[in-house]
Amino acid sequence: MTPRWRFLLIGGLIFIVLAAAIYFPILRRRVKRAAKLQQQSEEQARRELTQPITINPGDLRVKTKLFWASDTIDSTLVAVTVELPLSDDPVLRSKQVLNTLLAGPVDTELRTLPPDALLLAFYLLPDGTAIADFSEALATSIPSGIVSEQLAVNSITRTLEANVPRVQRLKILIHGQEVETLAGHLDLTGTFVVNTRPAPSSVKPAPTPPAADKSATPATDKAAVPAPATLTPDKAPGKLTQPELKR
Amino acid sequence: MALLCAVMVWPSQIPSQTQQPSPGTPPATPSASASQGGVAGLATTSFGGQAQQAGLNIVVLDPAHGGTDPGARGTGGIRESEIVLDFAMQVRRALEQQGFQVVQTRHGNENPSFDDRSATANAQRGAVFVALHISSTGLPGTARVYVNSDLPPVADANGMIPWDRAQAPFLGLSKTFGDLVQRFLTQRFKGSPETAQTASVRQLRTTAAPAIAVEISSVTVEDRADLDRMAPGVADAIARGAAAFKPSYVVPTTAGALP
Repeated sequence: MTPRWRFLLIGGLIFIVLAAAIYFPILRRRVKRAAKLQQQSEEQARRELTQPITINPGDLRVKTKLFWASDTIDSTLVAVTVELPLSDDPVLRSKQVLNTLLAGPVDTELRTLPPDALLLAFYLLPDGTAIADFSEALATSIPSGIVSEQLAVNSITRTLEANVPRVQRLKILIHGQEVETLAGHLDLTGTFVVNTRPAPSSVKPAPTPPAADKSATPATDKAAVPAPATLTPDKAPGKLTQPELKR
Repeated sequence: MALLCAVMVWPSQIPSQTQQPSPGTPPATPSASASQGGVAGLATTSFGGQAQQAGLNIVVLDPAHGGTDPGARGTGGIRESEIVLDFAMQVRRALEQQGFQVVQTRHGNENPSFDDRSATANAQRGAVFVALHISSTGLPGTARVYVNSDLPPVADANGMIPWDRAQAPFLGLSKTFGDLVQRFLTQRFKGSPETAQTASVRQLRTTAAPAIAVEISSVTVEDRADLDRMAPGVADAIARGAAAFKPSYVVPTTAGALP
């Protein structure tokens, strides 16, 4: 090979390497963006199929605080206020707010609960103890770790605290069973404190059978779900609540 | 529930919390503690043995998960159960340099139950418990210390503490220990919280000793070396925290004394 051809070959190789170095980061960003879009559309489809929100458009629309992850302070919660038609019945109301919480915020990165988790049943005992039964996905799809599991439970308890004064404490079941931990870290054998203030006596608890969750939701109710554009985050980040174990 | 009727913890092993070192307790500074000559002066030489010298001498290290439970998993094949075992080796060395005896709940790829791990700690006298975790979330390069949330009052009519509430008398000590370790971690890893957090961590609830869980963020790093680089800092912070906590931890010789 003559020096001239060698020079041309090396020059060509350098050009290819430089072009690849410039192009690969761009390609990587495009792939990531495409994957994110696909994930969001899949989640939207799953949400429409599996997350019926038991909202009656005839109910009074009230400002509802939902606690999702903060996008500014690492591993903390932030209250997001939405207007929802909420029932006066504490059990129905709890289901409505928890289903909205499960549906997640607009930015899926800020969700605290897995997108495929479902609320199977919700009961409220006369002493203010609530029992929330979630599908197995809550335990299997949540990122493993103390911080992520604590954030998930706190988003549930703080959302109930802000919207359903009747609920004093919460017991979490997974598919109807008491489990030792959520995903290997957080203790679910006890109950979590929700409200420390005495519950108002005007609203009576009304336990509902698990089947009511799915059957009671007409397709038209989906229109009552607030549009993403109406979400307005509060300024103060959420404060983590302390769980307690049963006596 | 099986735990409720299971083993009870004798309150005679429960320490009192003091702010002043007891007579004969070594000073808190790392250099002074290190000068005590490791575990040479201690009577505790085997599992379940009792220290003749009251106070903190033993650190029970608990690398979380293991066996069929890999813990948190990263996209790059990072497994929490493997990394915490490597972290434990470095933490162990740092603690031994500070003069502590170290007992580990696991040395290989096995997965003792929560109760087995607590039993390892509860069989010691004058010990603290440190669980090591790597999270799936959180700001990479930060570290958080957790102590157990409030537990209901302890001790039944016979003065015994139920196994499933063994941590209750130690919550104050755990918070003191956790805050110290968190402070040293935050000095090293910016963005970490200033004080220890509370959470109902299952592993800590049945541990009858000052107990903390240290969770490092996170398995989401692209290169495992990013986590490995944190190990010396984590080990140093835990060792310095344990040394600083030592004067606060005095095990009373009187049976039945509570913190």
